[in-house]
Amino acid sequence: MKKLSFIVVAVFLMISASLAAASTLEEVQKRGELQCGVSTGLPGFSATDEKGNWKGLDVDGCKAIAAAVLGDAGKVKYIPLNAKERFTALQSGEIDVLVRGTTWTLTRDTSLGLNFAGVNYYDGQGFMVSKKLGVKSAKELDGAAICIQAGTTSELNLADYFTQNKMKYEPVVFDSHDQTIKGFEAGRCDVLTSDQSQLYGLRTHLPNPADAVLLPEIISKEPLGPVVRQGDDGWFNIVRWSFFAMVNAEDLGVTSKNIDTLKKTDNPNIRRLLGLEGIKGKSLGLADDWAYQIIKQVGNYSETFERNVGMDSPLKIKRGLNALWSKGGIQYAPPMR
Amino acid sequence: MTPTKQPIPKTAWWNNARNRALLFQALLICAVVGFFAYIANNTMHNLEQRGIATGFSFLKQKAGFGIIQTLIPYTEANTYGRTFVVGLLNTILVSVLGIICATILGFIVGVARLSSNWLVSKMAAVYIETFRNLPLLLQIFFWYFAVLRTLPSPKQSLHIGERFFLNIRGAYLPRPIFEDGFGWVTATLVFVALCILFLKLWANKRQEETGQQFPVLLTSLGLLVSLPTIAYFAAGAPLQWELPALKGFNFQGGITVIPELAALLIALTVYTASLIAEIVRSGILSVSHGQTEAASALGLRPGKTLRLVIIPQAMRVIIPQMTSQYLNLVKNSSLATAIGYPDLVSVFAGTTLNQAGQAIEIIAMTMAVYLTISLTISYFMNWYNARSMMKER
Repeated sequence: MKKLSFIVVAVFLMISASLAAASTLEEVQKRGELQCGVSTGLPGFSATDEKGNWKGLDVDGCKAIAAAVLGDAGKVKYIPLNAKERFTALQSGEIDVLVRGTTWTLTRDTSLGLNFAGVNYYDGQGFMVSKKLGVKSAKELDGAAICIQAGTTSELNLADYFTQNKMKYEPVVFDSHDQTIKGFEAGRCDVLTSDQSQLYGLRTHLPNPADAVLLPEIISKEPLGPVVRQGDDGWFNIVRWSFFAMVNAEDLGVTSKNIDTLKKTDNPNIRRLLGLEGIKGKSLGLADDWAYQIIKQVGNYSETFERNVGMDSPLKIKRGLNALWSKGGIQYAPPMR
Repeated sequence: MTPTKQPIPKTAWWNNARNRALLFQALLICAVVGFFAYIANNTMHNLEQRGIATGFSFLKQKAGFGIIQTLIPYTEANTYGRTFVVGLLNTILVSVLGIICATILGFIVGVARLSSNWLVSKMAAVYIETFRNLPLLLQIFFWYFAVLRTLPSPKQSLHIGERFFLNIRGAYLPRPIFEDGFGWVTATLVFVALCILFLKLWANKRQEETGQQFPVLLTSLGLLVSLPTIAYFAAGAPLQWELPALKGFNFQGGITVIPELAALLIALTVYTASLIAEIVRSGILSVSHGQTEAASALGLRPGKTLRLVIIPQAMRVIIPQMTSQYLNLVKNSSLATAIGYPDLVSVFAGTTLNQAGQAIEIIAMTMAVYLTISLTISYFMNWYNARSMMKER
């Protein structure tokens, strides 16, 4: 009997290993929890507060997907990853979606087996220097030692920028944000480089944030967004439209506060957003009120932006490129119909 | 007398123990090969299905990122393959330096631990018990973040004259520039080395034949200093020094020892030396005390007793255990990634993996490297062990 059951188990393992995995949506619903890859701690985007709760723009991205899929924004398991681990974690299925300030590039989109589902923050790489250096421009950085995080596009942009401007530099490469800022603080390097939004966040970690200044140069395009595995288009659609729902909500003036009163509106755009008419949630495989749940529990794009990185936060980042297209920015979501 | 022939009983071939053993081995090999073929095939299939690139062609692509310490010329325009070599050389550098330093320090501390001087032996004991009982990663952080942080900024560097500088960015030393004619000095050095070798052989032979000793060490030192110096000045002093100088943000020119290398090297040395010290102590204690007494009865001084009688016998116990410490040191050097020293794991299995995205190939290459280094050390140490084993006559 024992022998027989062993054979059954072995055969089952071999067959199941070669079958295609079930869809991510089914897996998440069965598990009752979304496994979301975030950073190891970047204020404003994904970091824990003093009570140990995850907060940030990227964290809200995770919450929005959980609200749409499971109806509860709290059902997220956050998996902190450093830049080097993030793609492997997603490829191997350890996480369902990666929302971790990840730059959308051709290589990543095509040869890693990944798909970028949108851009939740338009960023660019900048430089932070100590105020007492008296440096006013990145062009004056010839010969500087530069702290940087391993495995990022920043490493490549930095090399390009310095080569183009015929300057020399000394890259000091660390594993995590935390070590990078520590190295900068200790004076191991003159400059810290990263996406500008991250620099704002990292600066709040310094004992005296006013001692560091950001240089005006932005040396790259860094469209940051959520990433999923290739080959599961249904899940890709859910992640992409969870974000679009938040942008469309801002566009239509729907917020977490006024959403319940707006249920009575006769504006067809809002009625479609809230799942009261039109295509609803069927084509996504979700409940009809999926977008309502996102906005009710997490808020629209403007609310999450201001709360986490904007004027209501210690980072005080202006909307800039991340304003809606109608307000001078480039955030734009296709219509929901 | 001819042996009586016993009739061999007829049995089926599968009842023959030899045949049966062969059969089982063949089956086992098939199963193992089949298992790995299945794993490989399954992996390839899954990678293809998920659209992840495979193969080793990425090694020819342009890397496009900088590395702080390279032993061979490297720029951002070089390939991923080159980053592999750069990382590998950095790993080998810190491992070789670590092995040398840890061995020297370990021997000193191990002998000091057995000293009859109370203070010396207790200090050695405190050192050993402290450093071998703290996690290595913690020690690396200690040396890097706690100790090196106290160093001054480049503008307030500690310095010896205008030649040696030390600050939080590293240590800066003059770089020798060899000019035409330096070949004469090198040639003299080789010549002196050969002379010393012959002198040593001759002195050994003389001692065996006549019992008279010759001061080989002093003579060698004299030769080593005098002849190359004469050659150096005869060739017109063909050596210049490039001095480090503060320019802009930091020192330029000269040789730079980055603090990451220093911290990693110190941590690896101090940690491994504490383990080696205990091995040395156990080796020395394994030599019976009668040997010491016999040596002093023959009139050998304590220093010579240790060097000529105790250590050579202790080595037989020490060497096999040293092998595993050396292997550990090489593998531990991969903790470099925690403080940003550009070793193989940090550069190749870190940045390159992330930029090229081919985890399986890169991790396999990295593992193969550590396996090769470890097996080489192991092979060499086994050879050395066999050589120094007791010759039974």
